[in-house]
Amino acid sequence: MGFKNLIKYKKFLTLFAVLMLLGTNLLFAQEASSNATATGTGDTSAQKAGMWLSVGYYVVLFLIACVVVAIIGKIFRVYDLTLQMQGKKGVNWNNIMAVGFLLFLILGAIGVAYSFTVHGSMILPEPASVHGVTMDNMFWTTVVITFIVFVATQILLFGFVFKYRESKTRKAYYLPHNNTIEKIWTVVPAVVLTILVVFGFFAWRKITNSVDAKGEPASIDIDVTGHQFAWELRYPGRDGKLGTKDYKLANGSNIVGVNFKDKHSFDDLKADTLMLPVNKSVRLNIIAQDVIHSVYMPNFRLQMNAVPGLPTYFKFTPTITTAEMRTRLDQPDFNYHLYCNKICGGNHFNMQKIVMVVTQAEYQNWLLRQKPYLSEQLKKDLKLADNPLYQKSQLQNSLASNN
Amino acid sequence: MSTLTVQGHGVAHHDHDHEHHHNETFLTKYIFSQDHKMIARQFLITGIIMAVIAMILSILFRIQLAYPDKAFPLLETLLGRFAPGGRLDTNFYLSLVTIHGTIMVFFVLTAGLSGTFSNLLIPYQLGARDMASPFMNMLSYWFFFIASVIMMSSFFVQKGPAGPGWTIYPPLSALPKAMPGSGEGMTLWLISMVFFIASQLMGGINYISTVLNMRTKGMDLWKMPLTIWAFFLTAVLGLLAFPVLVAGVVLLIFDRSFGTSFYLSDIVINGQQLSAEGGSPILFQHLFWFLGHPEVYIVIMPAMGLVSEVMATNSRKPIFGYHAMVYSLIGITVLSFIVWGHHMFVTGMNPFLGGVFMITTLIIAVPSAVKTFNWLATLWRGNIRFTPAMLFSIGFVSFFISGGLTGIFLGNATLDINLHDTYFVVAHFHLVMGSAAIFGMLAGVYHWFPKMFGRMIGEKLGYLHFWLTFIGAYLVFFPMHFMGLDGVPRRYYSFTEIESLKQWVSVNTFVTWAAIMSALAQVAFLVNFFYSMFFGKKATENPWESNTLEWTTPVEHIHGNWPGEIPTVYRWPYDYSKPGADTDFIPQHIPFSQTLTSNLPHDFEDNPVGLEEHKNWVNTQKSNEEVK
Repeated sequence: MGFKNLIKYKKFLTLFAVLMLLGTNLLFAQEASSNATATGTGDTSAQKAGMWLSVGYYVVLFLIACVVVAIIGKIFRVYDLTLQMQGKKGVNWNNIMAVGFLLFLILGAIGVAYSFTVHGSMILPEPASVHGVTMDNMFWTTVVITFIVFVATQILLFGFVFKYRESKTRKAYYLPHNNTIEKIWTVVPAVVLTILVVFGFFAWRKITNSVDAKGEPASIDIDVTGHQFAWELRYPGRDGKLGTKDYKLANGSNIVGVNFKDKHSFDDLKADTLMLPVNKSVRLNIIAQDVIHSVYMPNFRLQMNAVPGLPTYFKFTPTITTAEMRTRLDQPDFNYHLYCNKICGGNHFNMQKIVMVVTQAEYQNWLLRQKPYLSEQLKKDLKLADNPLYQKSQLQNSLASNN
Repeated sequence: MSTLTVQGHGVAHHDHDHEHHHNETFLTKYIFSQDHKMIARQFLITGIIMAVIAMILSILFRIQLAYPDKAFPLLETLLGRFAPGGRLDTNFYLSLVTIHGTIMVFFVLTAGLSGTFSNLLIPYQLGARDMASPFMNMLSYWFFFIASVIMMSSFFVQKGPAGPGWTIYPPLSALPKAMPGSGEGMTLWLISMVFFIASQLMGGINYISTVLNMRTKGMDLWKMPLTIWAFFLTAVLGLLAFPVLVAGVVLLIFDRSFGTSFYLSDIVINGQQLSAEGGSPILFQHLFWFLGHPEVYIVIMPAMGLVSEVMATNSRKPIFGYHAMVYSLIGITVLSFIVWGHHMFVTGMNPFLGGVFMITTLIIAVPSAVKTFNWLATLWRGNIRFTPAMLFSIGFVSFFISGGLTGIFLGNATLDINLHDTYFVVAHFHLVMGSAAIFGMLAGVYHWFPKMFGRMIGEKLGYLHFWLTFIGAYLVFFPMHFMGLDGVPRRYYSFTEIESLKQWVSVNTFVTWAAIMSALAQVAFLVNFFYSMFFGKKATENPWESNTLEWTTPVEHIHGNWPGEIPTVYRWPYDYSKPGADTDFIPQHIPFSQTLTSNLPHDFEDNPVGLEEHKNWVNTQKSNEEVK
């Protein structure tokens, strides 16, 4: 009982509180002053001293925690032994553990509810693309099914554990197998999974079909090239076609290596923002130059790896403009993002582009303001003035604008 | 037939051993031991050390995620050039992530788990004097040890350890110019893995041949405990899958050092074109995941086996659906070879292939579901004793459910588009194969500690360890699901650069503190483990009143495991609480002739003579009663 008194002794608690408060205060003061002096005089030893003080403080805190745990353990032991000396049964740890699991179930349920409400409200807003809606429907169906299974099985698990805790008066029920019930719980998950698979399979086929069907208006081709640690965007010009690329042509003025032997290349545009017209089908032509990157635009439920040497595609239709999303979310500074989602080196965490979805008119306006990929420097480098193919396309362009 | 001949060999071997028993030196007993029990302990302790290292690495990068803008001078003192100004270097952050993953998956949950318990339990539970090839078994450990040393040595090279993630996708891992972690550190990683795989293959061949050839008399395949089934199928998986990774790694070494282009094509790096053409980075991913996916089952199946055994013993109830448990293990083994493509839905692999892999992936969920329901049914109407091992087994089932269900999202190619490589994936696999497998391993450590060290491990500290770890793991990984649903990518150094991700910094701080708590809880385990090893209460021969053969061996370890003849096996390992029996357990070596009152017709399914005798006995009992 001596230990119990010791713990109950109020001075002990007060001492602990004083240590915590003073220690933290001292620590912050020390840190602030050492930082000030260190930045002021460039003195690193002051900083070091502050550091070791805080390390020491946390080690002491941990040791105190260990001692407290040990004391509580000893108290239990003493209590247990006194009970046994008095001829009573000792502490029934088995029941304590069973109650622990029941408590875990209840507190866990509260925790899950908390996480669903608080963290659940931080997840992505509604999808801003056509296929995203299909995907989210499927997602929420799967959430409902799995959540029911999750709750049911966890309740059964912890419920059984609590209910069937050891009792000296009872014997376990000898039940080696029951073929009927085993068949049921093989077939039921199989059926549910089959349904999910079938829907998933057809949705997947539809989403990954990157070819424009006959009669469908052609998608806007946009070239997305990833390299450490940025994305390069290229839009087709008047002809609506992107010129081809060859990695061997890449250099300082022709970063992605556009091939100017292809006449479609001459009018291609270079862009800094991924600007998309709303409700128009867009096809991203994705490739990487150095290592694997991944084009990830979660608001559009879109992801495709950018692989060096292997062109990949993603076709989708944005449905909500940036402006509309800002009002819906009530966040005036909201922006869609494109970021890298495949480990690609030191600055992987900051390889992003702003994505804007705008109306058709705004899009056309924006296009007009974009600079051609073919810069003056590039023209000089390639000696395009003497190139008959270029002259011909220039002539055609001026004729077209005259018309 | 073969069982009998090997049996004879075992006895002869034992006699031979006995003559030399006293000639053992420190070197042959503790270092270059060929004894399966000692090798198991070597694997366990090496595994624990590696686990502690990998856990500390994870705390380091968790601190970065929680306090992205704060400098910790201590980090600079500890890590030097890898944390200039007290803040982790971005490349070193990726190295930490890489080495944490590599160590945990391969060195702890593959070698530490299978290596320990396959070595310990296969000879013990099958009734064998030792492994089929003790020398190769010793080599297996020492190759593993060398692999561990090489892996850790990469912290001491100039540019730091490997950094392209534990999946080491080329070209990032193939081009030393792409990141510092693709330099010498990567070379060491590859060398270490080759040693590691050699170790796994030697171990695996040994486990398989021991299980097939060295079972004691009466131990047919359908009388083997589920642990042995799990270890056996795990070894088969490893043996078929690991060589493919060696092939992938060797080709990568060629690409790195000898100018080939298996994985490289059309590359411009630092404004310079490389000459490599015609290779495919996707090829590496196919080779990697052909091992990589079976690997997660290599990790989880031994844990399943251990948990099944611990659960049956401590529920005092036979495992429900023994045959279904075995068939689902076999199903998982076979299916795990045809699901690897679900790691590659958005890599540019042909989308039709993605559709096929999605179907196979969701099929593999069925045997996993069956196993879960069978564990629940085992607990139902049991008489549960909460030993620390049992607590960890219950925790295992809870994690396996929580993490397994999110697999249904990720296995669905359509949903994977948006979830791929986000924190949702991190949450999923840390629960289902990280936490679950480590809980299976800890259940095994607590349960077989008396068999390994001849002493009991402290129960109360075990309780403390369990509750802090169990709660901590959920606090760490549960919120991560929601981060994934917000599109937060994994392997990001900080979330402050992208506007929409900034909201998660506070959650990250919480997660880090939960992780620190769980890490400190492991101190309770380490203290308990090493203290009990030397000063624990002396164990009795069968402290858990268990049925399997290892509990018939003497507490003090001897060469050849049993002092006299190896016991013969007569029954399956799960006769707990059988009606009509005097005790609530009947070990495997007790013949049916000694348990007449509790025998059931079911016990003689493949034994017509026995069934006839049983019927006769039942009839005489009946007529006796009528006479009364």
